[in-house]
Amino acid sequence: MEPSLATYLALSGILFTIGAVGVIFKRNALGMFMCIELMLNAVNLTFVAFSRYYADVTGQLFVFMVMSVAAAEAAVGLGIIIAFFRNRLSIDTDDASILKN
Amino acid sequence: MVASALFFVFAGLAIACAISLVYHKNPLYSAISLVGVFIALSCIYVTLAAPFIAAVQILIYAGAIMVLVVFVIMLLNLDDDKPLNRLRYLYIVGGGLGLILLAQTFFIFYAVSKKPNQYIKTDETVGKTLSIGSAMYTEYLLPVEIVGILLLMAIVGAVILARRLEQPKLELVVNNELERRNETELEDEYRVRL
Repeated sequence: MEPSLATYLALSGILFTIGAVGVIFKRNALGMFMCIELMLNAVNLTFVAFSRYYADVTGQLFVFMVMSVAAAEAAVGLGIIIAFFRNRLSIDTDDASILKN
Repeated sequence: MVASALFFVFAGLAIACAISLVYHKNPLYSAISLVGVFIALSCIYVTLAAPFIAAVQILIYAGAIMVLVVFVIMLLNLDDDKPLNRLRYLYIVGGGLGLILLAQTFFIFYAVSKKPNQYIKTDETVGKTLSIGSAMYTEYLLPVEIVGILLLMAIVGAVILARRLEQPKLELVVNNELERRNETELEDEYRVRL
């Protein structure tokens, strides 16, 4: 007996919750970045579960698209983090206050 | 039964690694926990009859993205994450958001488990590389092209962002220093001559 669709959706929802809470709790930009990756993976799990449920390949294709976007996000995000570290010598998001006032 | 047991083992592993990702203050421990989540999810994809996605998950996420993240962590030589001192209200905001999302998750679980449980139809070819590739290059050609352009833009953007801006050119600094020294030497010579 395979686990039902609802079980996969529940796992995906729990992982997404942990990721969303982590984005708020984490102070450094790399931690927030990794929590965003976790949320993307939770959504991927939903796509694959529905793809299995409806026997349709579209869900898995969109998982592939999400992975490509995550790779692009990793490249640009880490570039931003390095540029920010070069200016401020820290990657705490509290220090990103140049535009304040 | 075996599939169910495997699912619960890997689901537990994924949730434990995700909690460890949020809990640890050291970014390197968080990164290793995230690799654990990726591998557990990849195993779950195998039980969902999606071997191509499982392989790509390992290759792209655990292979490429996490290597990049660990490389940046090592490059920047970071300290541990500091607790939220100034923004203490964020604990309340985050806790509230987590509770709302968990409530939604349990509502979805409840609503979906009332539906009939079996798969509508099973098609053994769905997760295979052949079906994904043929769909990618016939029906979904335009999205694939758009993703390619997006990746190109990301490469250009990353190069521009990581470039060192406003760096004083080394030759200029050296030239200025040499000129200054030459002037002082000349002055000294004048003084001696006078």
